[in-house]
Amino acid sequence: MSIGQENAQTASSAGPMGDGGAGIEVRGLVKTFRAPHGGSVRAVRGIDVSVAPGETVALLGPNGAGKSTTIDMLLGLQAPDSGTVQVFGGPPRDAVDRGLVGGMLQTGTLIRDLSVRELVEMMASLYPNPRAVDEVLARTGLAELGDRRTQKLSGGQVQRARFALALVSNPRLLVLDEPTVALDVEGRRSFWATMREVAGEGTTVLFATHYLEEADANADRAVLMAHGRVVADGPTTEIKARVGLRTIRATLPAIAIDELAALPGVLTAERHGDAVTLRCPDSDQAIRALLPAYPQARDIEIAGADLEEAFVQLTGDPDEEPDG
Amino acid sequence: MSGLSYMRFELLRSARNRRYMFFAFGFPLVLYFAIAAPNRHTDNLNGSGISLPLYYMVGLASFGTMATMISAGTRIAGERQAGWTRQLRISPLSTREYFRAKVVTAYVMALLGLLLLYAAGLSLGVHMAFHRWLSMTGLMLAGLLPFAALGVAIGHLLTVDSMGAANGGIISLFAFLGGTWFPLSHHGFFFQLGRLLPSYWLVQASHVSLQGGGWGARGWVTIAIWALAMTVLARVAYRRDTGRV
Repeated sequence: MSIGQENAQTASSAGPMGDGGAGIEVRGLVKTFRAPHGGSVRAVRGIDVSVAPGETVALLGPNGAGKSTTIDMLLGLQAPDSGTVQVFGGPPRDAVDRGLVGGMLQTGTLIRDLSVRELVEMMASLYPNPRAVDEVLARTGLAELGDRRTQKLSGGQVQRARFALALVSNPRLLVLDEPTVALDVEGRRSFWATMREVAGEGTTVLFATHYLEEADANADRAVLMAHGRVVADGPTTEIKARVGLRTIRATLPAIAIDELAALPGVLTAERHGDAVTLRCPDSDQAIRALLPAYPQARDIEIAGADLEEAFVQLTGDPDEEPDG
Repeated sequence: MSGLSYMRFELLRSARNRRYMFFAFGFPLVLYFAIAAPNRHTDNLNGSGISLPLYYMVGLASFGTMATMISAGTRIAGERQAGWTRQLRISPLSTREYFRAKVVTAYVMALLGLLLLYAAGLSLGVHMAFHRWLSMTGLMLAGLLPFAALGVAIGHLLTVDSMGAANGGIISLFAFLGGTWFPLSHHGFFFQLGRLLPSYWLVQASHVSLQGGGWGARGWVTIAIWALAMTVLARVAYRRDTGRV
């Protein structure tokens, strides 16, 4: 009851505004939208996420998981219904106003009647501490296209230009919402190479993706979202083990499907004519068990995880979920 | 500071948009010559004491600049639809600076349009003392304020698809009722209605050529009320819209 105690508590709860080592802190975040025909869509249903400065984190989940809504709230583009978001120790809007945030949103084209270089220069001029425009154009593969008008770019080039706009701000936090959607294979490869370089320079990176492989290859950690909730949060290897069900396909006639389902490392087994499909949490173990037991198996294929399918298994039907 | 640099790029973009330039500048000029050149010796239009070339110089200047102001604002709708507004909202550029850049760019373009029509008017024999040119320009720039705000409001109320028709309709209506195409007689319903519109007062800026001409209190009050009302409308439209910009 003493006044001294109260003071001590107040002092410890108020952290320094700004650079006290805080990254992103999301607590109890909820966002509900009104649906067009009445009712409501609960896009984000109470999530907690922390990202340490310098960390690269993937927000992983299928379409409609609430990733983009979470990112919008993180950037101050939407206000949460309840819960709090802190970016570098303050509200998102403060971090944005101080020029600490660079972002590549999920949708968006460029404004016309400027060259690529002018557009990047314009964005650079809005930030207190931008990267050199030439360097950014080179890193995003746009050096040759600097003089081209933005309305004459291809889809992949637009995407690279949008990446350049995010990079030139030289942000402490880089937020990328499904950044590789319009890119071809080579475009993706060089995009992620650049992203990893930037992350290596100490930038905190948060990116949303629905590709497990992208999260696995490019993030330190993955936050798995489904139906507006965080269903798993940990090192990408762990997440991959949890949702990374592999499938083994083989031609294997006349073997009871129950026998196959009972093999170690196999979760379910299905038969379509002579072909069988085994869904395996541990495909290594399963194949080691399968081959000695059924040496007649042929045309064997082992395929990587199908994330959509894994999510359904992991989270169940969204409509049956109890209200949070 | 960042706002100024953004404005520079906005100006550059407007200057490079050829269709915009044609409709903002070319179209009123062509119309002006079509109407005023054959009648350039009409010195006293409908007994108003104003020459026909002067009346239509101001009339078409008001038409062109109204269109410039409104369409500059409505470009916001395109930028919203393209997702560009969201991109800007995660930059340190404030909303205030964004709107300021839009309005200032619109004013620079409008002023350019005015100067072109002045040159056309001079070529058809329009003449008055230099200070009258200045005060006429001042009146017109003030009279454009409601249209700057109206453009911003429309930019947040409508989608790109409906924009062309809406802009065309709004500008035509203001121009027609305001006396851009022919002088309103000084009595009757259309005169009473016209006097309530900011476009009427834009056209009336031509009266500075007369001794002691200008707007008088009635003109200033009308413009002030419209400017205020349109600014409120723009604010409401912006607020309503920002949740899903």
